[in-house]
Amino acid sequence: MALQERMEKNIWGLAFMLAIVLSVGGLVEIVPLFYLPSTMEYNKFPEIVWHRKEGQTLNDWKPGDGIRPYKPLELAGRDVYQREGCYLCHSQMVRPFRDEKERYGHYSLASESMYDHPMQWGSKRTGPDLARVGGKYSDDWHRKHLRAPRSVVPESVMPNYPWLKENGIDGESLQAHMNGLRIVGVPYTDADIKSAVKEVEGKTEEDAVVAYLQVLGTMAKLDDSKVYRE
Amino acid sequence: MEAAAEQKYNYDVVRWFTVMAVVYLVVGATVGVYIASELAWPVLNFDIPYITFGRLRPLHTNAVIFAFGGCALMATAFYSVQRTCGVRLWSDKLAWFTFWGWNLIIVSAVITLPLGLTESKEYAELEWPIDIAIAVVWLSYMFNFVMTIANRKTSHIYVSNWFFLGMMIMITYLHVVNSLAIPVGMFKSYALFSGVQDAMIQWWWGHNAVGFYLTAGFLGIMYYFVPKQAQRPVYSYRLSVIHFWALMFGYVWLGAHHLQYTALPDWTGSLGAAVSLAMIIPSWGGAVNGMMTLSGAWDKLRTDYILRFLIISLAFYAMSTFEGPVMSIKTVNALSHYTDWTIGHVHSGALGWVAMVAIGAIYHMMTRVFHVELWSVKLVNAHFWTATIGTVVYIVAMWVSGIMQGLMWRAYDEYGTLAYTFAESVEAMHPYYAMRAVGGAIFLLGAVIMLFNILMTVAKASSEGSIQRARTAAATA
Repeated sequence: MALQERMEKNIWGLAFMLAIVLSVGGLVEIVPLFYLPSTMEYNKFPEIVWHRKEGQTLNDWKPGDGIRPYKPLELAGRDVYQREGCYLCHSQMVRPFRDEKERYGHYSLASESMYDHPMQWGSKRTGPDLARVGGKYSDDWHRKHLRAPRSVVPESVMPNYPWLKENGIDGESLQAHMNGLRIVGVPYTDADIKSAVKEVEGKTEEDAVVAYLQVLGTMAKLDDSKVYRE
Repeated sequence: MEAAAEQKYNYDVVRWFTVMAVVYLVVGATVGVYIASELAWPVLNFDIPYITFGRLRPLHTNAVIFAFGGCALMATAFYSVQRTCGVRLWSDKLAWFTFWGWNLIIVSAVITLPLGLTESKEYAELEWPIDIAIAVVWLSYMFNFVMTIANRKTSHIYVSNWFFLGMMIMITYLHVVNSLAIPVGMFKSYALFSGVQDAMIQWWWGHNAVGFYLTAGFLGIMYYFVPKQAQRPVYSYRLSVIHFWALMFGYVWLGAHHLQYTALPDWTGSLGAAVSLAMIIPSWGGAVNGMMTLSGAWDKLRTDYILRFLIISLAFYAMSTFEGPVMSIKTVNALSHYTDWTIGHVHSGALGWVAMVAIGAIYHMMTRVFHVELWSVKLVNAHFWTATIGTVVYIVAMWVSGIMQGLMWRAYDEYGTLAYTFAESVEAMHPYYAMRAVGGAIFLLGAVIMLFNILMTVAKASSEGSIQRARTAAATA
C-alpha cells in the first residue's frame, strides 16, 4: 500500500505506472504473432502461396496455384466491398466445425488473408460467410443478386446495390492504391501496377465486385488430409 | 457555495459538453433504430447508397461511442476533476480546443461515413485525416486533465481520476497503433497490418474501446457521481484500489476472445478467454463498490430518480460483465460468435450500463452547472422507465434471435445433413428484428424526453438568469 499511497500523491508516478501496466497484455498477445513461425501456415506448407516466376504476370496465375495479391479488377471490387460496409454483415472466416465445412467449405487459414490490408474477417453473419464463395454461383447470379437480392433469395434482408453497374472504375487511383499496398508489403510488380489502367478499362464497379467475390477462397488448393493448423 | 464554484471552476465548457452529449444520444439512437428497422424491413434502404445499412451502421456506432460517449466522458471528467482537485481547469483555451475539435470530428464523421469513406475497421472506420485529428484532440483532453491534477489543492488523487487517466492513456495506445495505415488518397488508406496480425490488433482495439473507453471511463463517472448523488462515501477504498489495478492490467488481454476458432493461433484465443473469466472478479468489484455505496441509504431509491439511473446501470454492468466472460468460453463462443447474441450483449452494456450511468451523471450535473432545478422531475422518471423497458426488450430479442441462429446453423436432420439453409435462418429472425427495432424505439423515446427536459432546463436557467446570478453573487458576497 505504500506504493499506492505514493502514486495517489504523484500524478506523474501514477501515469508512468499506468503506462507500463497497460502495455503488457497487448505486447504479449500481438508481438509474437509477427515472428512465431506457427502463426502462418505457409511456413510449414509453402505450396499454399503462389511463388511467381520471373516475368510472370497476375494473369498467369491459375486457380489453386496459391495465395496471390488481388488482380487490379479484384482489388477495385474489394475497395467497393469496404466502402459499402459488406464486412458488417458477412464474415470471411470459416471455423473448423462440421456444419461450417458443409455450409462454406474448408476452414480458413491465416495465410489466406496475408494480403488483406485490413482483414475482412468480420464479426457478424447477418448474411452467410463469404470466405469461400468464389465459384459457388455464376457471375450472372451475382449480378442479379447485387442489383436485387430478393429476386434470387426471397428471404434476404440485404440492400439493393443498383448503382454498382452505373459506376466506372478510375484506373489511375487504382494504381495509387496498388502502390500503397506495395509499400505495406503486398508483392505487386511494376508491370502489375502498370497494367491496372488497361485491366479495368470499361469495367463497372459491379464487374469488380463480382471478380472479387469469385476469387474468394479459390486461391489455394487445400488438402483435407493435411492439418494446416492445430 | 455553488455560486462560488461557478466563479472558481470552468463550468462553461462542461455545460456545452453536457448538452451536446444529450443531442448526440438522440442522434446516435435514431440512426440505430433506423438501421435496426432496415434489417427487419429492407425496403427502408430505398436504393439510396448513403443510407444503406452498411454505411449507416458505422455512423451509428461512431455516434453513440464517440459523439455521445465522448462528450459524456469529456463533460464528466472536466467537471469532476475540477471538483475533486479544488482547482480550475489548467487551461480554458485548451478545453475549448478540445470541445470544438471533438465536435468537428463528429461532424466530419457524419459527412464521410455515409459517403462510404471508411477504413473498414470495426469501431475505427474513420479515414486517416480524421484519425490524426482524433489523436491531437484526444491528447489535448488528456493533457489538460493531467495538468489540472498536477495543480490540485488536495493531497490525494481521487479514485474517479485514476479511472479517467487509465482510460486516456490506453485509448491513446489503442488509437495510434490500430490506426496505422498508408494513405493512398485524401480519404483512402490501407492498414499497415494484414490478416491475422491485423485481426488481433483490431480486436485489441475493439475490445478495449469497450473495456477502457466505455468501462474504465464510465467507472470514473460512477466513482464520482454515485457517492455524490447518494451523499455517501465510496463503500470500500481497498476494493477500489484492487479492482482498479486488476482492471487496468487484465482488460487489455481480452481482445483475443473475439477470435476464438478463427485463424488466430489457439494460444492467443485461449489466453484471452482465460483472462476474460478472471475479469469477472474485478468487474464485480466495481459493481459491488458502487452499489454498496448506497448501504444505509437504500430508501433514497424510492424518491431519487437520478440515483435510480445510476444504480440500475450498475445492475446492468454486473450482468453484462458476467455474460461477457461466459461468451468467451470456447464452447459457448462456438455457438454465440457471428450471431445476434453478441449484439444483444453489447447493448446490455451500452444501453444498460454506459448510457444509464452517463444519463444519471448528466441529470446530476445539470442542476449543479446551470444552478437550477430540472425543468421536470416527472419526465426524469418517465425517461427512467422508457430507457429500462427499451433496453430489456432489445436484449431479450437479441438473446432469442442469437441463440436461435446459432442452433439453426448447426442443426442436422435425421439423415445427417444440415437441417436449415442460411436463408431460412434469416427468415426466422424477422420477428426478433422487428422486436429489437421496437425496443430501440422505446429507448429512443426516453432519450427524446431527456433532450426536451434538458433544453427546457437550459431555457429556464437562461430566463431566470441563474448562471449570471451565480457569477455575480460570489463577487458581491
